[in-house]
Amino acid sequence: MPLYLNDEQTMLADTARDFVAQHAPVKHLRSLRDTSDPTGFSRDLWKQFAEMGFTGILIPEGDGGLGLGHIEAGVVLEEIGRNLSPSPFLATSVAAVAALNHSAQRDRWFFGIVSGETVAAIAVDEKAKHGTGIAMRAERSGNGFRLTGTKQFVAHGHVADLILVAARTAGSAEDEQGITLFAVPKDAANLSADPRRLADSSLAAHLTFDGVEVDADAVIGEVDQGSLPLKALLAAGRTGASAEMLGVGGGAADMTVAYLKERKQFGAHIGSFQALQHRAAHVYAEMEVARAAVLKAQQLLDAGSDEAETAVSVAKATTALATTLSVQEGVQMHGGIGMTDEYDIGFYMKRARVLAELFGDANYHADQLARAAGY
Amino acid sequence: MSSLETFRAETRAWLKENVPASMREPVRSDTDINWGGRRADYAKNPDQKWYMDAMAERGWTVPDWPTEYGGGGLSPAETKILREEMRRIKARNPLNSFGISMLGPALLKYGTEAQKLKHLPKIARGEIRWCQGYSEPNAGSDLAGLATSAEDRGDHFLVNGQKVWTSYADKADWIFCLVRTDRTSKQGGISFLLFDMESEGVSTRPILLISGYSPFCETFFDNVKVPKENLVGELNKGWDVAKYLLGHEREMISGMGLQSSGGNPLVDGAIAMVGLDESGRLADPLLRAQIALFEVRAKAFSAMSERFIDELKAGKAHPAQPSMMKYYGTELNKTRHELMMAAGGSDALEWDSMQSNGGAAARAWLRTKGNSIEGGTSEIQLNIIAKRILELPSQ
Ligand SMILES: Cc1cc2nc3c(=O)[nH]c(=O)nc-3n(C[C@H](O)[C@H](O)[C@H](O)COP(=O)(O)OP(=O)(O)OC[C@H]3O[C@@H](n4cnc5c(N)ncnc54)[C@H](O)[C@@H]3O)c2cc1C
Repeated sequence: MPLYLNDEQTMLADTARDFVAQHAPVKHLRSLRDTSDPTGFSRDLWKQFAEMGFTGILIPEGDGGLGLGHIEAGVVLEEIGRNLSPSPFLATSVAAVAALNHSAQRDRWFFGIVSGETVAAIAVDEKAKHGTGIAMRAERSGNGFRLTGTKQFVAHGHVADLILVAARTAGSAEDEQGITLFAVPKDAANLSADPRRLADSSLAAHLTFDGVEVDADAVIGEVDQGSLPLKALLAAGRTGASAEMLGVGGGAADMTVAYLKERKQFGAHIGSFQALQHRAAHVYAEMEVARAAVLKAQQLLDAGSDEAETAVSVAKATTALATTLSVQEGVQMHGGIGMTDEYDIGFYMKRARVLAELFGDANYHADQLARAAGY
Repeated sequence: MSSLETFRAETRAWLKENVPASMREPVRSDTDINWGGRRADYAKNPDQKWYMDAMAERGWTVPDWPTEYGGGGLSPAETKILREEMRRIKARNPLNSFGISMLGPALLKYGTEAQKLKHLPKIARGEIRWCQGYSEPNAGSDLAGLATSAEDRGDHFLVNGQKVWTSYADKADWIFCLVRTDRTSKQGGISFLLFDMESEGVSTRPILLISGYSPFCETFFDNVKVPKENLVGELNKGWDVAKYLLGHEREMISGMGLQSSGGNPLVDGAIAMVGLDESGRLADPLLRAQIALFEVRAKAFSAMSERFIDELKAGKAHPAQPSMMKYYGTELNKTRHELMMAAGGSDALEWDSMQSNGGAAARAWLRTKGNSIEGGTSEIQLNIIAKRILELPSQ
């Protein structure tokens, strides 16, 4: 398969670009922030995503979705990134759907996701850095389980209808085995959410499970075998976050290049100064390489390849590095105006940092790669 | 089975049968690379010649060229499969040459039918080795400032002047050369000529490099007679040919660090040198982190190379994209060799011992410093990206 978008994917990209730019430009984020919106995103916009068919992009056609792949989901995410649109799309339509797909749970949740009724949240992290193990316990109780423990960095965790949570049914915190993945409905008793506003104005909750009772049929896949759906969830989430970062980094680079062409100092456009040209060109090169890495990961994931896991780590780490560079250079090359709240470039810097941290930062993924290669 | 699957299966079977074991070993030094040519020496390893001939027979030294010019006539998808299958068994390139990666594409686009029939099959079979006569003492980055002249003498051109940094001029059979045919226009007065290095009036003098090798030369032309039929493209329009060829040169240079077949010398070398700790990680955590972050970038760049080739074949690549590839790939390759030296410690510094294979690591490290200079420096590539892709203004 050639490593570029085919005609249908390009058409979808055009549609997504117009739609997101029209309905959720950076202004939209700004107004949610300025009104301290307690939800953090717009439910109306989520409904419109559903009308476009985007919400079910990864859901099989037999289950009412579009039956498309990670490349197509990424096309939508890139536009979300470019416009900094607050949206539950990544958690709900990408990460949660990847975990629920092929499980018995999908009958229960897919309809709501496709119709834009349901928003999902992903509860995997227990510490401020991703991937330091799962300690939260799930003990058998009646014909179900009792969940006890805490999770953090759960985007939309305070308003989600469905929370996917990884808990331990056997073994100890650092073991890969013995994990079970649960689909917890929002009205579960003894579940409390403490939403915190993050630097990028989004809301991510700390969740406390204080003996939350769930039925046995909340289990996604098999008991103790949660690492399988969890892997699918994380691969999709990481790839999706990478695609969103392409939009953030690319959007910041576009803004910066436009500014270089317009701003004058010393009687010349600042974009004619070679020192700035070289830095802009370097950002361009890094973003292009990141784009290739993301497409590679999406293709391998869609093909169900054994090499997908490595490619996903490469994509997540590369986009984190490239996007970080793009937003930092963006602020610097905008000069003083780049430091003002009124100007959008700073918003790009904040969102980039959040996405870089989500599901493992560049160092985490470089470490994964090294382990896989045996060093 | 689809026709591509059949092609893959047949290719795999053929390669398994026909690639000699010694051609699946990692390339350790320049002498492991087959450059072909009239003066090629296959005595050390006759497999080299056998393998090249077997591949050339199928047109697989230049798989995507048309069959009438010695190519394999493969589609882009088939070419990709052939490369993948070769990589899978760690097969070396059967033939490396400036003819394949630079002159060939330019002749395919700008050459006359007679020029194509005369030169391309010889390139494909590794019979003629080419060198590139572009740079001059006063025309490096500003290549169009070149002064070597070619006067029209009726049936031939008379060439006078000097080239510099001509890689392998002393080993090459023919040269593709930029000459000035009109002094009144800088870019519009350049022509593109081909001639035999054995022509009367051509002489070369090797220049020693920091790596201790001398693959480059100063090349002098003293009243060299070049037949008119050896002009490629139109008179005074050689700059177009030159630029097209440079795009291919940049593409080739960008991929150099990726070609190394067989294992991962950086990781293997680091493990051999500093060892693993009880948790199975490289015992030097800072070196491990540097290598891991480097590997992330190298793998991403490998995806970029694949994307670039795919886009190029589909006519979707920006014409200046080779500059981006060249810039990124060469800077990355320099980093790789810095890390190899760091991992190798004092062993890697040995210059001519047996154990160090004649200082292979140190010499290769030094050679990579030229990657960001040859074929246009990194600064020039960044200028091109800024102006042609980002369309930033001029001062
Ligand atoms: C290993 C190797 C192999 C080579 N093989 C060949 C060959 O086979 N045939 C051939 O013809 N040539 C060959 N070359 C020559 C090569 O193309 C030139 O060295 C190169 O184009 C740079 O020219 P220069 O050496 O004159 O440096 P200069 O042009 O003098 O550059 C000096 C420095 O100034 C910088 N600079 C120059 N102009 C600008 C600008 N406008 N903006 C910013 N910075 C600038 C350069 O980037 C560089 O850092 C080879 C070179 C090397 C190192």
